[in-house]
Amino acid sequence: MNGAQDLGGMMGFGPISIEHDEPWFHAEWERRAFGLTLAMGATGSWNIDMSRHARESLPPGEYLTSSYYEIWTKGVEKLVVAAGLVSREELTSGQSLAEPAPIKRVVKAEDVPAVLARGGPAERSIEQPARFAVGGRVRTRNMHPQGHTRLPRYARGKTGVVELVHGAHVFPDANADGQGEQPQWLYTICFSGRELWGEQADPTITVSIDAWESYLEPA
Amino acid sequence: MGHDHHYDHDDHSHLSEIELRVRALESILVEKGYVDPAAIDALVETYEVKVGPRNGAKVVAKAWSDPAYRDWLRTDATAAIASLGFIGRQGEHMVAVENTPDEHNMVVCTLCSCYPWPVLGLPPVWYKSAPYRSRAVLDPRGVLAEFGVHLPETTRIRVWDSTAEVRYLVIPMRPEGTEGMGEEQLAELVTRDSMIGTGLARQPEAMR
Repeated sequence: MNGAQDLGGMMGFGPISIEHDEPWFHAEWERRAFGLTLAMGATGSWNIDMSRHARESLPPGEYLTSSYYEIWTKGVEKLVVAAGLVSREELTSGQSLAEPAPIKRVVKAEDVPAVLARGGPAERSIEQPARFAVGGRVRTRNMHPQGHTRLPRYARGKTGVVELVHGAHVFPDANADGQGEQPQWLYTICFSGRELWGEQADPTITVSIDAWESYLEPA
Repeated sequence: MGHDHHYDHDDHSHLSEIELRVRALESILVEKGYVDPAAIDALVETYEVKVGPRNGAKVVAKAWSDPAYRDWLRTDATAAIASLGFIGRQGEHMVAVENTPDEHNMVVCTLCSCYPWPVLGLPPVWYKSAPYRSRAVLDPRGVLAEFGVHLPETTRIRVWDSTAEVRYLVIPMRPEGTEGMGEEQLAELVTRDSMIGTGLARQPEAMR
């Protein structure tokens, strides 16, 4: 979706604020928000694409004025409600008002190393051969889906070159919408700065994105 | 933002809205038995204590020292990095890109905060911020200058926007004058920012 998360090429955000000796977390609530997000993610109640979509679908004004872990917190709140695990009334009151819903698994402290080591590999095997090969020229589709997508706006309708072929990976656009993994071939596509940003662009820059096959057509 | 929380506890009155909100969420999730508070502690502790850019620095130092490892890292970074024990969440599919005198690599996630946790730990705030995410793809040379990195105008800049589960690790150039150094010493020269591409490796003089 064309939400506020899709920031590539926007102007006006000012200089980058670099903090020396930055701590991993800036407040205790950030620690808890981080841990809660991971622990709930590991329950299997939703997938990573759903959690990204929950965050990016915050209204743009709210997304851009929320700190990183505020966005995570708001994302988890949406997800637990959508999954039927917590009601809006419970979030508002700060109290559990109903019996818990069934849940696939609860991560215990002793499970944490194994859960983190396993991660969430996205590669899958599919039967179709890859449509594009390294060195091939492709054009990204001009598309503006309502749901989740990993094709940034600045890279739509642009011509680039296939740089890497990664195998088939879970297709986030479908997976975020509960339509299953529907894996597709994944490619790294390299664009010249001029293709993306026009004649005034620095001629020595290139930008690559990782793009699923259905984002691409032959050029 | 329309949040209509009702808290009766006086001892919470000094807490900000987001602190109250996270506390409420945790207490509901714990009360319902969905999360174990000790697991949250373990998750946080992992990234505060055990996982950080020292992991990536070991990878880079090994690549600088061992040509066979470097080749493996360039062709199958996931396996080469896993061989050092750095595996798992947000590092499932790794690609290593190598800086040269002619070409400088830098990494961004314009859509969120994709970052190779097993080798770099959790990302700094600037990496997740709108100024970096918006401008890294449009004006990478200007962004590098803000980090104090001024490259020759002829050096090509390659920006990798991490839009899938593939995570990128930049192998910075090995500083001159480090020929006699072992992997442990070399790793001291490898900074977090040099592995994102917003910095360069430290010069050995800086270590003395």
